[in-house]
Amino acid sequence: MLKIGPYEFNSRLLLGTGKYPNFDVQREAVEASETEVLTFAVRRMNIFEANQPNFLEKLDLKKYKLLPNTAGASTAEEAVRIARLSKASGLCDMIKVEVIGCSKTLLPDPIETIKAAEILLDEGFIVLPYTSDDVVLARKLEELGCHAVMPCASPIGSGQGIINPINLQFITEQADVPVIVDAGIGGPADAALAMELGADGVLLNTAVSSAADPVKMAKAMKLAIEAGRLGYEAGRIPQKRYASASSPAEGMVFS
Amino acid sequence: MNVFINGDAMVLPETINSVSLLLEHFHLEQKVVIVELNQHILDKSMHAETILTDGDRIEIVHFVGGG
Repeated sequence: MLKIGPYEFNSRLLLGTGKYPNFDVQREAVEASETEVLTFAVRRMNIFEANQPNFLEKLDLKKYKLLPNTAGASTAEEAVRIARLSKASGLCDMIKVEVIGCSKTLLPDPIETIKAAEILLDEGFIVLPYTSDDVVLARKLEELGCHAVMPCASPIGSGQGIINPINLQFITEQADVPVIVDAGIGGPADAALAMELGADGVLLNTAVSSAADPVKMAKAMKLAIEAGRLGYEAGRIPQKRYASASSPAEGMVFS
Repeated sequence: MNVFINGDAMVLPETINSVSLLLEHFHLEQKVVIVELNQHILDKSMHAETILTDGDRIEIVHFVGGG
């Protein structure tokens, strides 16, 4: 069971809603993933095209919790404004604080992220900050009162997988709030590794939405996250340099 | 009435003088939209009673796909 603030989820996969080929594929992928948390962005509406379909309107909101993000913000002030707008919808009180500090790598601005998280926590939001894999920063966000920390595996949408497994493991070992690996996941092996390293969940988008078959990939990610979690709970064997035989050395027929 | 909606200057008929009427005018009353008036976010319950005046800056936002 994944617990974030007051909410409990059976699924440890949080799914983004951007960049799917069409709504039908997206709906099928969401179902196949068995996710219970969907992320969204907040943007100006094209008021002259009111009839344009919106994925949110196709969802059974009893089945999903919404996790809007503050994507597009580069300052704490902008992030707070987007968060407040999203909450005014009356549909959600969770917020993924995402304050980008570098347009090329889309890595977060740690100082503005902390500022935004502080304000939003004061206002009663359930705050999930997107952060780098910086161990101390993750701890400080937790100390601030954040309800989860979401370190990236690698740059958003890059599909590079986990580029610093050591840091990620330091973060999962020290944290008393859920650690959700957010961004950079490429394939199911990456998601499984994140879970094996002790993550409580994985948030991904492009790895599913831009896969050749998003529906199949959604299912693969679901299974990988379950497998990785089971593996973590089971406790893997330590790595050794040399072999150790699995069959007994005694009773050989030619001795 | 001259207002700015989502950054664009627009002329509204004088009859459109509340946020509710504005949303109806653009056929948005059934949509999940959030309205900000002069940088003040409006709860849905405030839409009917919030009066628009000349020069208002209105943001109408919604949820779109994102990660």
